Amino acid sequence: MVAEKRFPNQGEKPVIVVDRLTAGYGENIILEDVQLEVYPGEILVIVGGSGCGKSTLMKQMIGLNLPFSGKVLVNGINVHTEDETERGKLRREIGVAFQAGALFGSMTLGENVALPLQEYTNLPEDEINRIVRMKLGMVNLAGYENYLPDELSGGMQKRAGLARAMALDPMVLFFDEPSAGLDPVTAVELDILIKSINAGMEITMVVITHELQSIFNIAHRVIMLDKEARGVIAAGDPRYLKEQAQDPRVHNFFNRLPARLKERNF
Amino acid sequence: MEKLTIEGLTAVAEDTESIPEFAIGLEGVKGKPIRLSISGRIELDNLLSFRSELENFFERMVPASITLDLAGLEYVDSAGALALIDFKSEAKELEIPFNFENASKKIKGVMSLIDPEALTLASRRPEERPPGFFILVGETARLLWKDFYNLQSFLGDLLYALAYCLRHPHTLRWGDILLYMTRSGVEALPILSMMSLGTGAVIAFMSALQLKQLGAIEYVAPLVAIAVVKELGPLLTAILVSGRSGSAFAAEIGTMKVKEEVDALSTMGFEPVRFLSVPKVLASIIVLPLLTLYSMFFCIAGGFLVGVYLLDLTAFSYIDQTMKNVTLFDLVASLIKSVVFAVVVAGVGCQRGFEVRGGAEAVGTMTTSAVVTSLFIIVMIDGAFAIVLHYIR
Repeated sequence: MVAEKRFPNQGEKPVIVVDRLTAGYGENIILEDVQLEVYPGEILVIVGGSGCGKSTLMKQMIGLNLPFSGKVLVNGINVHTEDETERGKLRREIGVAFQAGALFGSMTLGENVALPLQEYTNLPEDEINRIVRMKLGMVNLAGYENYLPDELSGGMQKRAGLARAMALDPMVLFFDEPSAGLDPVTAVELDILIKSINAGMEITMVVITHELQSIFNIAHRVIMLDKEARGVIAAGDPRYLKEQAQDPRVHNFFNRLPARLKERNF
Repeated sequence: MEKLTIEGLTAVAEDTESIPEFAIGLEGVKGKPIRLSISGRIELDNLLSFRSELENFFERMVPASITLDLAGLEYVDSAGALALIDFKSEAKELEIPFNFENASKKIKGVMSLIDPEALTLASRRPEERPPGFFILVGETARLLWKDFYNLQSFLGDLLYALAYCLRHPHTLRWGDILLYMTRSGVEALPILSMMSLGTGAVIAFMSALQLKQLGAIEYVAPLVAIAVVKELGPLLTAILVSGRSGSAFAAEIGTMKVKEEVDALSTMGFEPVRFLSVPKVLASIIVLPLLTLYSMFFCIAGGFLVGVYLLDLTAFSYIDQTMKNVTLFDLVASLIKSVVFAVVVAGVGCQRGFEVRGGAEAVGTMTTSAVVTSLFIIVMIDGAFAIVLHYIR
């Protein structure tokens, strides 16, 4: 482990606790004994090469897949709880912005964002519409409520997905590869949006990405996973990791050096 | 403290301890500067009561100016911030001086994310109104014509691709043909035998009820045989294959279309129709007549079981009557008909797959459309066959 710099609210009661989590698919163990805390208000970025278990870890944290052993607590609630009331509470605390937006193609943007509000609150229609307009405004999509998702560009779909994820003002927002497939300018715009929402609403954010630029832009703290180690091999401020990391895997990742390239000595 | 009576819609809202509370303190008198101090929490769950608390505030109090003291406000979510901003906009409209006081960094942060212009901005596209009657009729006619045109042009493509493959048999993908023969042929056998056996038995039984009254019970066997060989066998089989395989073809090609796999084929120099449709259509052409024969056999077997065990006909006379009334002409005509049905079912399935634009919903719509369209065309063709065959004989 590399020594780390301070990040927001370190030492406060963590929002997410991943406790000795072992998970995988079928017989395959991908993560073993992972221990992780996410503190309120921070942007935690999970990085690592392909197949290192980033997505597996996120799916565990949002309760989509069952772990082999260990547990994940979000705001003190086990994400794999069977209790209906607890689960309802949990669903309101978590928002997920999926890689391609995962908007429902048969609904307009407005209907997509309104869906969680209709399900989890008892607000009347016009109040919901007003909140939907506000949320779309937050992601710079004001006026697009009657558009269908496939009439929009990839970047807009992602932003709309973010608006839907934020519909209930969750405590934690998860992002799966927010800048994947976006042009550099749009990607930076999305980074700025993520940062401003984090700063304004103090939402805790867990972001999966391997875009270095984006990592340096948004991360308060980075954890790096590794395929062979089946867990976290480094954690800390990304700039610090880039300069100071001793572990070659970490150093190579943050300095864009493929491991093999160095051995060959051109 | 404000007591709230929000009827919970969900498990969360029903949970009494989780309903947040707020309080509004008022200093000042009607017509003079007024100071409101808000404390507690304003969020989605108590938004309505907060709004109603402030409703008609300006008419009631006619304030000279308003100061909103947020010092006691513990938490406000974006919906709550929206309510505060709306309150401010209302004051602005009435030209009443308004200011927030003691807003914490967090509350300021949430409010800064809300763009007041976005709330009033006109929608870029007005909500769609249902079209008028004439527009609806015209649009439907246009779509029907377009659909007819597309089907014809696909049929052209398909026939061309089939002809090409027959001239160059090495370009045929035999592996695929075998795969689709298994899927829409072999795997259909259990359900087809069940359906046919049942249908044959029911026809025999129901017709026997009527024929008995006329003392013509021995006509059950010819009735079943003629009905099955001339009409029911091909029709039943085509309907089943359309439901099982036509829809599967549409869904498969449709999903490939959504995932840009069809575009990938084109760029690699493969003709999508030849690559994807020809194996399916050829497999259906081979398999459907065989399934039709199989279905006929089981229909007659069903009739036979009812005839022998329930109607006291002898096995010999039932078979004899069946053989005498089925002609080779009828059988061949039916098999030719089933080849045409095969082209329709597989062709329409593939065509509908290629029509998919967009996402998951379009795949569903086109799969449905594949079955509905092919059934419609099958019925039309069946009618045409009946008339033509009648005059040929």
